[in-house]
Amino acid sequence: MKKTNWLLLVLALVLSMFLAACSGGGDEGSSSSGDSGSDSSGDASGDSKQVLNIMDSAEIPTMDASLATDAVAFQFLGSTMDGLYRLGENAQPEPGIAEESEVSDDGMTWTFHLRDAKWSNGDPVTANDFVYAWQRAVNPDTGSEYGPYMMGGVIKNATAISNGEKPVDQLGVEAVDEHTFKVTLEKPIPYFKSLTTFGTFLPLNKKFVEEKGDKYALEADTLLSNGPFKITEWNHGEGWTLKKNEDYWDADNVKLNQINVKVVKDTATGVNLYETGEVDRVNLSAEFVDQYRSSDDFKVEEEPTLFYLKLNQKANDVLGNVKARKAMQMVIDRQSMVDVILNNGSIPADGDIPKNFVKDPESGKDFREVNGELVSYDVDKAKQLWNEAKEELGKDKITLEYLGGDTETAKNLDAYIKDQLEQLDGLTVKVTSVPFKERLQRDTNMNYQIQNAGWGPDYIDPNTFLNMWVTDGANNKTGYSSKEYDQLIEQAGNEYALEPEKRFENFYKAEKMLIQDDAVLVPLYQRARAQLWKPYVKDVQVNPMGPDYSYKHAYIEGK
Amino acid sequence: MTRYIIQRLIYMLITMFLIATFTFFLMKFLPGTPLTAADKLSEEQQAVVLEKYGLNDPVPVQYFDYMVNLVQGDLGISFQFDNREVTTILMERVGPSIQLGIQAMIIGTILGMLLGLISAIYHNGFLDYGSVFVAVIGKSIPSFVFAGILQYFIGVKLGWFPVALWEGWQYTVLPTVALAIFPIAVAARFMRTEMLEVMGSDYITTARAKGVNKFGVVFKHGVRNALIPLITVLGPLAVSLMTGTLVIENIFAVPGIGEQFVKAVNTNDFPIIMGTTLLLAFLFIFIILVIDLLYGVIDPRIRLAEGE
Repeated sequence: MKKTNWLLLVLALVLSMFLAACSGGGDEGSSSSGDSGSDSSGDASGDSKQVLNIMDSAEIPTMDASLATDAVAFQFLGSTMDGLYRLGENAQPEPGIAEESEVSDDGMTWTFHLRDAKWSNGDPVTANDFVYAWQRAVNPDTGSEYGPYMMGGVIKNATAISNGEKPVDQLGVEAVDEHTFKVTLEKPIPYFKSLTTFGTFLPLNKKFVEEKGDKYALEADTLLSNGPFKITEWNHGEGWTLKKNEDYWDADNVKLNQINVKVVKDTATGVNLYETGEVDRVNLSAEFVDQYRSSDDFKVEEEPTLFYLKLNQKANDVLGNVKARKAMQMVIDRQSMVDVILNNGSIPADGDIPKNFVKDPESGKDFREVNGELVSYDVDKAKQLWNEAKEELGKDKITLEYLGGDTETAKNLDAYIKDQLEQLDGLTVKVTSVPFKERLQRDTNMNYQIQNAGWGPDYIDPNTFLNMWVTDGANNKTGYSSKEYDQLIEQAGNEYALEPEKRFENFYKAEKMLIQDDAVLVPLYQRARAQLWKPYVKDVQVNPMGPDYSYKHAYIEGK
Repeated sequence: MTRYIIQRLIYMLITMFLIATFTFFLMKFLPGTPLTAADKLSEEQQAVVLEKYGLNDPVPVQYFDYMVNLVQGDLGISFQFDNREVTTILMERVGPSIQLGIQAMIIGTILGMLLGLISAIYHNGFLDYGSVFVAVIGKSIPSFVFAGILQYFIGVKLGWFPVALWEGWQYTVLPTVALAIFPIAVAARFMRTEMLEVMGSDYITTARAKGVNKFGVVFKHGVRNALIPLITVLGPLAVSLMTGTLVIENIFAVPGIGEQFVKAVNTNDFPIIMGTTLLLAFLFIFIILVIDLLYGVIDPRIRLAEGE
């Protein structure tokens, strides 16, 4: 019996040591973040403190610009780093580390003249930092997903290097001197300047990155900043703190002293934190929108992200019939869909380019305004087209499979669309709800008939939405193939690369062809975010790509 | 006894090995790749990135490599948090979950046992009905509903405790209470049933006949005998509380391991899935061992091994 007790004591000690070790980590985290918590509540008490309290729905996966792929990472890379340019008002690139730039007559060579700027460790930001970062992003050893994607076909040799066919030093980038950075492109890229604002194109301090090795960008102290803010504290899974970077070249124009970010996944929790004044902004889900719609704090932010039904023309002869596809475009009441099902400010989509995304280079009018509504809601016409299609196909009863999402909103939306589509005589729609990655896999294998899909832009140009649908495009996966369409896109990318008006003419034609003539997609809606913002937060800039928000000029007034 | 423990430790190792193997192959059935931008990459580019993670190798080779590393204590590098070691992530995340779990367990067990005892002592009385009512409520209301109610009334309306986040002991109060409600109910119900049964036994009658007072009987003879079934139930419950409850962690924004595990499954972060599964499995079988040993302490008539 004594022996038993002794053994039990040892076991109990082992367990308690294990638990103590585990919760010890948590205690450290909580005590250090306790400090930041008291900072935040103390500092936020007056305008002069200039502290912004926000939340994000996920932990930052990485702060390594070469490896970043998601919205949270790009958001905080954008807040702590400056690239050649950064997104300014109306999504126009404004000078960052590059004071100015010039492009050769053939549009193939860009020369950037860099200003005197410093990293947060005091090192100067030089042209070599860009050369190193861009080479690192396409180097297959880095394992970057976005490097090859964003630079391939844009920067000379990027694709060959990322496929391991050429050495990294063959990339079309060169440090002419410390303050001059030269880039050679594969072909003229009219939107190249806006591309340089994207996270993957940020510079890296080679000495620092190599010194930190595998640990680079994993913790607050293994990060360097050359932008408006720097991360001073990072409690993984819990939150992080940004403080103003006094070494930033434009520090005089940065008003906020601190940004506290907390990870909060649950919308109701976010709303409660907003109500108690812990956070200054919260995203609302549909069920909260009605409750807060009349509040002064309520805002709707339009996003250039489009959702549509992708129709696999190869999977089913019905979907291969253009009249049937057109009928499906016309039978869905998009307005009711956004008003009732989504209820978050989203707007009906009537083309493949979102509203307020790009402007006509000549007239300055919105692309959407110029090209007009390419789909309309007309049930009678839809039924007529559907009957014609059935006659052509010699079918009466048709069953189609619909691949939808597994979230609550997606299920509601998919049920609504099924109901709308089934207004077409003899049509039965079978909905399968799957997780996002399952849908992606089925898309890759073209193992679907109809799917609900979406796309957000990677740069500010119609090309990001329209070149997806060229024959054998990596994301096409609809079986759509049109020589004329391919030619329009190809011409816009090459022959007309330096002639913006002609280029846009091609995009207008291509979009009409894609949506109106060939009915490749069924546009559904353009997403928006319904939010509550504390009225004392001013001048936060909302971006259509890259970082969702820019806090460079934001400030607190009247709190 | 020593032989029994050594034997159990060997079984633990075999169990861990089987769990690791089973999880590894099961994981390979998950659809999709760990690439976040898979829909944007060409096949060549995907292959280059997958090569970096060793995912281009045949599955048996991947399995062998993983097991070799595992034996050396290397759980690998996370896919979703580039270059971060799985061990580091687990250690950061398991702390808050275990802390909440232990707090909820202690509060839940003590309160539950008290309620159960009161019920048994005042059988069929007002206090009995009262504690049965509490137990039924605790068992039937889902913890997320209870959590939401606590958050809104105690956090937002009354402002007694923080609504959510993880910044000090006061932030643990509401999630602990939300988690504790279930063990309270379980402990109360078991304690009540067992106590009623024990109290009707012959030896209790004997004790009473010898003149031991009511409370003496309850605490000296009753509780000890009622503990065995209670521990049997509370053991696995303790593990499930300590290994993180996704809903509670989400509602109170607790940076715990439950949420991390679900995220790992959703993003095909294989090393984190494996690491978390192994950690949870270890906790589970370790606690089962401790419980088995505890039986012997509470009731020496329970023999742990043959011939001992």
